[in-house]
Amino acid sequence: MVFAVDWAGVAQQVVAGLSSGGIYAILAVAFVLIYRATGVVNFAQGELAMFSTFVAWTLTQHGFGYWPAFVVTVLASFAGGIALEGVVIRPVERASVLTIAIVTIGLFFVVNGAAFWIWSPEVKSMPNAFSTRPIRIAGVAFSISDLGIIGVSLLAVLVLWLFFRFTKLGLAMRAAALNPESSRLTGIRVSWTIALGWGLATALGAVAGLMAAPPLGSFDQNFMQPILLYAFAGAVLGGIDSALGAVIGSLVLGVFLNLLGTYVSWVGTDLRQAAALAVILGVLLVRPAGLLGTTVVRRV
Amino acid sequence: MSRVLRVATGVAIAAAAVALVLVLPHWLSDVKAAEFARAGCFFIAILGLNLVTGYTGQISLGHGALMAVGAYTTAILTADHGFRDLWTIPLAGLVAMAAGFALGLPARRLSGLYLALATFAFAVAMPALLKRFSGLTGGSQGINLFDQALNRSTGALGHVHVLGRTVATNDFLFYLTWGIGLVLAGAAWLLVRGRIGRAFRAVRDSEVAAASSGINTGFYKTLAFGISGFYAGVGGSLFVLVSNWFVSPSTFGFDKSLLLVVGAVVGGLGSLAGMALGALFIQFVPGWAANLSNAPGAPSVFFGAAIVLVMILLPGGLGGLLRRLTEPLTRRL
Repeated sequence: MVFAVDWAGVAQQVVAGLSSGGIYAILAVAFVLIYRATGVVNFAQGELAMFSTFVAWTLTQHGFGYWPAFVVTVLASFAGGIALEGVVIRPVERASVLTIAIVTIGLFFVVNGAAFWIWSPEVKSMPNAFSTRPIRIAGVAFSISDLGIIGVSLLAVLVLWLFFRFTKLGLAMRAAALNPESSRLTGIRVSWTIALGWGLATALGAVAGLMAAPPLGSFDQNFMQPILLYAFAGAVLGGIDSALGAVIGSLVLGVFLNLLGTYVSWVGTDLRQAAALAVILGVLLVRPAGLLGTTVVRRV
Repeated sequence: MSRVLRVATGVAIAAAAVALVLVLPHWLSDVKAAEFARAGCFFIAILGLNLVTGYTGQISLGHGALMAVGAYTTAILTADHGFRDLWTIPLAGLVAMAAGFALGLPARRLSGLYLALATFAFAVAMPALLKRFSGLTGGSQGINLFDQALNRSTGALGHVHVLGRTVATNDFLFYLTWGIGLVLAGAAWLLVRGRIGRAFRAVRDSEVAAASSGINTGFYKTLAFGISGFYAGVGGSLFVLVSNWFVSPSTFGFDKSLLLVVGAVVGGLGSLAGMALGALFIQFVPGWAANLSNAPGAPSVFFGAAIVLVMILLPGGLGGLLRRLTEPLTRRL
């Protein structure tokens, strides 16, 4: 049992947890974007993020620095997401939700396989985004990298929020997600806003992948899969139709997982995922629509 | 009149399916018979998934884990408790049925994606739990009945004596899986046509309307998960036999659960014949994809592309295509 609490250690673990939670949050917001636009969970979200990360890795191998590669990759991912929506999602736009979900599972296999095909299975490593030196705040050493990742995550979410809140396009996208039929009548091209949603989600995925890869040291084509799982869990925990909920849910999950892994030794690495999911299940049974989700009331 | 015709068509299709299962092993090589037997296990599990997702409208991403429950029931009873493997098949179904009921409990409160996550959690946790309780399950090594219970593993020595005839093991496994599969498909057909099936469909089409016509929606959702668990458990149990009497935690990773959903949707939810096509799809298409190119990742690209193409070209799945093809025939009758 713990007799004297090591507060500096706890603070370090919380910051580290917020950093991984921030990465989940970016991907979770991407989930929410596509969910609100189409009612579907994009199972390929994590693999698309992985693919973007490998594109950035290729750029860094050809003389790009980390940040120039970051900018190019995020823009390219935005365009790629829009194109992908046009090729594989547009044809099934009017099919059932389950059909679209299965298409994204197919996409999962395609993107994962393509990355193995293009970049061969050996592990890669990514240059660091932030200084690896620690920084001392009130006598406690924190990792600059962790703080940087938290900053970038919050910035990404903030930019997205500003876009949806204060631009006409953002308003159109919210309207199209809320009520496609009426939006069409007011002249919004709903198909186009869905494509735009895919573009934004894929760009967000690229940010998540590029934040997640460097601290891993080495990564392969499957590195986003556990992150996808946690982001999905974080989004559901917060309420899948609420972006703010997804961010809070992911941050809470990140901190919780880190503390669980550090202080509860019998959980170990094998049971960590299971334990996290069990706790989320417990929360959902009390609040079936997540922490901040809206309970849907349907007219019959 | 049309009702008589529909029943007659059903009986004719069933007779044709039985005849096909009886003659097919004569044309198949030993290896192919084993692959078809594996597809038979998927068929049974997908039949169960179809009851939950296709007829009751509840998403389950956890059916691979229910298969694991059935598989481990068979492995443990045969290895440690002196049961003959074949007798454990119904027991595996019952144990998985209990697990299915438990998995169905969250469905009373959760719906849509929230339920998907709850069932997915079960699928993700299963391999970790199997490794954790290694005293019972053999940990990550798994259980190998070939080593531990050779004399209780039917056909492990290469052939089986049935009704005075000697049948090659893989042919026997083919008859066993598809025979059980057809019986369970018949049971599912009767179920969805009866009172329970009507309640299932009512819950799927409108939960509120179902509740206001006096259907206990929570009860029927849990029931669907329970019955479905029985199917998945039988499928999992047979899966041990067709996997050379071996099972380990990695046999039932969460990818199996996803694969079953893919099989059910590609087959066409709500169509029983489509479920067989879906099972054949997830058994054989990955192999064909690997034949096209064995570069790392290439088979996965082709398999994924096949899924996307089927969904784009046939939103109703392969079963929907089947229905469209046979409809003019049955209408003219």
